Amino acid sequence: MTNVLKTNELGKQYGHKWALRHCTLSIPKSKVVGLVGPNGAGKTTLLQLAVGLLSPTTGTIDVLGGRPAENPSQLGRIGFVAQDTPTYARLSIVKHLQMGAWLNPNWDSKFADQRIDDLGLDRRQRAGSLSGGQRAQLALTLALAKRPELLLLDEPVASLDPLASREFLQTLMEVVEERDVTVVLSSHLVADLERVCDYLIVLAASKVQLSGDVENLLESHWRISGPRRDARDLPSNQHVIEESHTDKQSTFLIRTTQPIHDPAWKIAAVTVDDLVLAYMKNARDVEHQPLSTLREVS
Amino acid sequence: MIRFAWLQFRAQAAIAFGALAIIAIALAITGPHLVHVYDTMISTCKSQKDCGTAAAAFLHSNSTLRTWLGILVVVAPGIVGVFWGAPLVAREFETGTYRLVWTQSVSRTRWLAAKISVVGLFGILFAGLLSLMVTWWASPMDRVSMNTFANFDERDIVPIGYAAFAFMLGLGAGVLIRRAVPAMATTLVAFVAVRIAFINLVRPHFATALVISKHYSASFGPGRGTVFSYPMTLTSNVGSWVISSRTFNGAGNSVTNIACKLVSGIRVQPGSPRPSPAAIKARLRAAEAVFQKCIEQYRQVFTLQPASHYWSFQWYETVSFIAFALVLCAALIWWVRRRTW
Amino acid sequence: MIEFQLDSTSGVATYLQLVQQVHQALQLGLLEPGDQLPTALQTVAKLAINPNTVHKAYRDLEREGLVKARPGQGTFVVKSLPRTDPATQTRFLNSMIKWLRDASAAGLGPDDIEAIYRTAERNMFVEGVA
Repeated sequence: MTNVLKTNELGKQYGHKWALRHCTLSIPKSKVVGLVGPNGAGKTTLLQLAVGLLSPTTGTIDVLGGRPAENPSQLGRIGFVAQDTPTYARLSIVKHLQMGAWLNPNWDSKFADQRIDDLGLDRRQRAGSLSGGQRAQLALTLALAKRPELLLLDEPVASLDPLASREFLQTLMEVVEERDVTVVLSSHLVADLERVCDYLIVLAASKVQLSGDVENLLESHWRISGPRRDARDLPSNQHVIEESHTDKQSTFLIRTTQPIHDPAWKIAAVTVDDLVLAYMKNARDVEHQPLSTLREVS
Repeated sequence: MIRFAWLQFRAQAAIAFGALAIIAIALAITGPHLVHVYDTMISTCKSQKDCGTAAAAFLHSNSTLRTWLGILVVVAPGIVGVFWGAPLVAREFETGTYRLVWTQSVSRTRWLAAKISVVGLFGILFAGLLSLMVTWWASPMDRVSMNTFANFDERDIVPIGYAAFAFMLGLGAGVLIRRAVPAMATTLVAFVAVRIAFINLVRPHFATALVISKHYSASFGPGRGTVFSYPMTLTSNVGSWVISSRTFNGAGNSVTNIACKLVSGIRVQPGSPRPSPAAIKARLRAAEAVFQKCIEQYRQVFTLQPASHYWSFQWYETVSFIAFALVLCAALIWWVRRRTW
Repeated sequence: MIEFQLDSTSGVATYLQLVQQVHQALQLGLLEPGDQLPTALQTVAKLAINPNTVHKAYRDLEREGLVKARPGQGTFVVKSLPRTDPATQTRFLNSMIKWLRDASAAGLGPDDIEAIYRTAERNMFVEGVA
């Protein structure tokens, strides 16, 4: 499978602070990728590096087979919606569409006009007087009408109300069904992930904590509970991501590729949300723990 | 991209040209009248031989408007730089729209070049047209005043150079500072500083200056009586730009006051006999001779550029500022291409 | 044509919910051979779910032999679910009644029985690893 985005030890430093570090991942084609992590984890940095708005401090990044923003035609194959969906407040919707048509060779103006009408927007209205949801839809229209192969959306629904958010995702899923496009969707909200994403990347503490096909991840992570036991007593092929204990009972969230044979365990599947939260918590705890007590969790 | 740059700038362009149109109409209404008055004045004053007073009256009649129009022409390049140059890119950074437009299928070079061509050329056109209109309108009065260099900054072609430079300066400030208001303030300060520095440090050296030395003198005689000749201002070389005017003493040093004293009376010691009239006369004569010898050592040295240099200076200054603008332009395009963020 | 729903709180995978809903519709006679299932486009437009979920559900149903995808036209029901015959139903009903009597005799109340049933049902349909 070809990769639309590849990074190797990618890092970005601002002053003394690393916004992103040791980031190595490969995003396969035709997936809807959820890029999840707490605020400040490096999601926006990664997306902006992919589209050439930032340049790396260390490492490399490859997008659609080339360096980010290396030429206008590559930019034409990528649709990007930045956080807070910036638009020209004093220009009307029509003028934004004109900008799209003038600045992009593959512009599908019929699609753009159709979408604006379907959304019920007044094309002569200035972007500054649109609601947050309407602006997000305008920004998405601008990104989609380019007919991109790769769609990068930075927290597109973070500032939307539930209805606007749902409508945004409905449109997005329609596009995914109708075209062969890869979508990377970043969010610090965990809800709605499982229904929309089939590939997951968890970014926390500026590093990639987890990445993979959702299907594979759900088949390799389990929640096991049983009588009180120490994590170190578990078989070596079971990696503990999360653990909690009462005086009589222990519950572990483990990653394993082998069958679980111990009959004492009660085994339950995990949801995508459980997985993301566990890895995020793990990253935060690892960050704050002194080195001597670090557990092997790879 | 050029169409989009124009789309973004349209509203401001409309305001500018609206203002220009109003000024043009006002000047078109009053201009021909001025020419008529001038022609009448010239023909009548020649016969009456009082051209001096007639000219003074003519200049005085429209001096306020002439002054204000001059100020407008001087300020116009500043407006171009501060209000059109500085916010042009700074606003895109401030509002985040650079994240929208830099992810369209257009290279940053083309994006910046389009903005520079549309707004920069418009700014130059604006300042140029304004200068042209005011120069035409004021020409009768400029002819009369004969003070060629006095309005150097507000006539003819230099405003074009100033506008080009101010625009690029503003654009550069906007790209580096990335916030509109601080960029505008910086542009204003920098532009004024460069202009003042240029007038004092560069403009005087466009051609070798003419140096004229005039001696101080005093003559006392029965014939014409006492005549003092203190050449503090230059009466010849009408219309020239006097760059400096300094007084030098006999030793060749620049001084600020003249240390010669003319004794005009004789003090009589109390108790001594009163001198005779002849003796008094002789003593006064001696004092005058001493003074004359002293004063003749002083000279006033004028460094000036004659009026005939006006047009070559206009060209040199315009080309200089356009050259500065081009250098800034190249530097900006190189800087934006490098993707330093 | 049936319409899919999604219960995001149930903990059941989305594609499984779609499969279950098709099974249920077949059971209830809402879907019969020849009926068209909602297109992926219609479904994702309504539910905002990943289209692959729909494709996966339809592939599973196709593997079960219940539906067939006709390229360019859609996915159509080809077989109805065997309605469990009354004899089988009676057999299990009697078996259930016996079990309930045994549980009651052992001291289990209605709440215990309910809990046992729910746990068993959940483990049965969700758990995949031995």
